[in-house]
Amino acid sequence: MSAGRVGVGVLLAALVAAPFVPMGGMRQYIFHVLIQIFVWSFIGGAWALMGRFGLVSLGHGAFLGLGAYTTTLLWNFFGLTPWLGALVAVVLTAALAVIVAYPCSRFQVIGHYFGLVTLAVGEVVRLLIIAERDWTGGSLGLTVRPAGADSLVAVQFADKRVFYYAALVLWALGLWVWHRVDRSMARSAMEAIGEDETAAASVGIHVTRFKIAITVLSAVLTAVGGIAYAQYIAYVNPDTLAGIGVSLRIVFAVVLGGMYALLGPTVGTALTIALAEVLRVVFGITYVGMAETIYGLLLIVFIIFLPSGIYGSVRDLLRRRPRSQPAAPVTA
Amino acid sequence: MLELRNVTAGYGAFTALWDVSLDVAAGEAVAVVGPNGAGKTTLLRVISGMIAPRAGALTFEGASLTGRPAYEVVAHGIAHVPEGRRIFPMLTVADNLKMGAYLKVARRAYAESLERVFALFPVLSERRRQRAGSLSGGEQQMLAVGRALMSRPRLVLLDEPSMGLAPVMVLRLFDLIRRVREEGYTILIVEQNVRQVLKLVDRAYLLEAGHLKMEGRAEALAEQDFVRKAYVGL
Ligand SMILES: Nc1ncnc2c1ncn2[C@@H]1O[C@H](COP(=O)(O)OP(=O)(O)OP(=O)(O)O)[C@@H](O)[C@H]1O
Ligand SMILES: [Mg+2]
Repeated sequence: MSAGRVGVGVLLAALVAAPFVPMGGMRQYIFHVLIQIFVWSFIGGAWALMGRFGLVSLGHGAFLGLGAYTTTLLWNFFGLTPWLGALVAVVLTAALAVIVAYPCSRFQVIGHYFGLVTLAVGEVVRLLIIAERDWTGGSLGLTVRPAGADSLVAVQFADKRVFYYAALVLWALGLWVWHRVDRSMARSAMEAIGEDETAAASVGIHVTRFKIAITVLSAVLTAVGGIAYAQYIAYVNPDTLAGIGVSLRIVFAVVLGGMYALLGPTVGTALTIALAEVLRVVFGITYVGMAETIYGLLLIVFIIFLPSGIYGSVRDLLRRRPRSQPAAPVTA
Repeated sequence: MLELRNVTAGYGAFTALWDVSLDVAAGEAVAVVGPNGAGKTTLLRVISGMIAPRAGALTFEGASLTGRPAYEVVAHGIAHVPEGRRIFPMLTVADNLKMGAYLKVARRAYAESLERVFALFPVLSERRRQRAGSLSGGEQQMLAVGRALMSRPRLVLLDEPSMGLAPVMVLRLFDLIRRVREEGYTILIVEQNVRQVLKLVDRAYLLEAGHLKMEGRAEALAEQDFVRKAYVGL
């Protein structure tokens, strides 16, 4: 336990100190990759808040896109600072989450059907973005209007280190929220609901309220992740921030890492991003579909052989070892 | 203790219960029997707040519970053991029981309730660390009943507890339910196993195609006739 604590401390110190380590020409690239990992891990963690309780959303791109586009449009057209824009975006996302979660809960749309409903919602948001091309730039996307210089009001900085620290804090915030949910009564309630809604209701759990609450929490955090990503890239695009593609990529990463463990989404996201980078370097852009194909194959392998993900399985293995359970009680 | 007055309920456009009136007095054990699809499960769902009645009134210990949602009904002291042993299969036996004491009042009395449940069902105590899904059918049913008792109810609704159990296990389970009853719980039980359940309860109702057809003291019911009707629905 304390060895684990020390390990975590060392890792955190290394992450905080990283910007001061001389890295030469690789600096920009390394920071770019790390920022991506932090932001998408945060988003993956937000998704897993629902996924771990059996609410498997295949449309989180909807929340991502709604968040990113709301702040960007408000800034580009009305000059509203992304700080306030984010507030508006969070309110809108929460509203969308309720609109999706309430009927699904009332009419017991669960499991695969819930997945299909959310998939559709994700696509609808993407198509709306494309349709409103006068505002959103359609499928070409939209560049966040440059503020000209470093600006806290516009949340634009030339130095990647600012975003690096912001992303690090965001990621830590995500872990904290996960931890809080993990320790709460809501977790037992949600687990019970995930196993059997009728039984959960029969012991006095307010099923609808919990499902809506966890959906809103997950959606809002996802929107915040989308906003952070848009501010960093300074460009929004319906394919990278809404629709099936990105929605599934979030799910891939989390399933790969493991959705039941605190660091599962982070490990999964880091692996998928690293894999994408390696494939990009190895194959260049000639094999554009290669990364997706390999993800797909890995996903199938994982769902079959390691249902609790890479991180989850390794952790379970480490946990089990000290107790060294006797084999079947044949001898007794 | 429990009163239903002219309750009508159903699913969508379909009506499963017509104008049902029923009473359960404190300390009583009452059975509702009837053929498949008669509406027995629907009746218990209406009482426990899983579905709202379309018409009629539901009163428990003087308080109106008409149309109240399930989580409120539990808080009033009615525990529902749903049809088909709806335990939480991935949780341990102990965690299933803990979930039974989910409401605040029940949580405060958790230790005491647990002791009572373990006294009634010692096998649950032996299996407390085991995943509930790995219990035998009979043990799962005991767990479902035990979990319901953890909410500290005064009225327990049992929906076909003997379903899918071997005959020996059915007898044991009915013995256990009799002991639950002796502990002072009021019981409303739905059963297909009419002969056995009539030995357990004070009174019984016969439900047929959504209508209450017969009601009486268990020993007074002409057993042959009643049993035949319950099965065949003539
Ligand atoms: N969720 C549902 N949606 C629509 N109809 C339903 C639903 N549940 C039950 N019904 C219908 O309501 C009627 C009464 O069903 P119910 O389950 O109450 O019968 P039951 O007496 O409990 O039967 P069984 O002995 O088989 O458990 C049946 O005709 C059934 O088809
Ligand atoms: Mg039934």
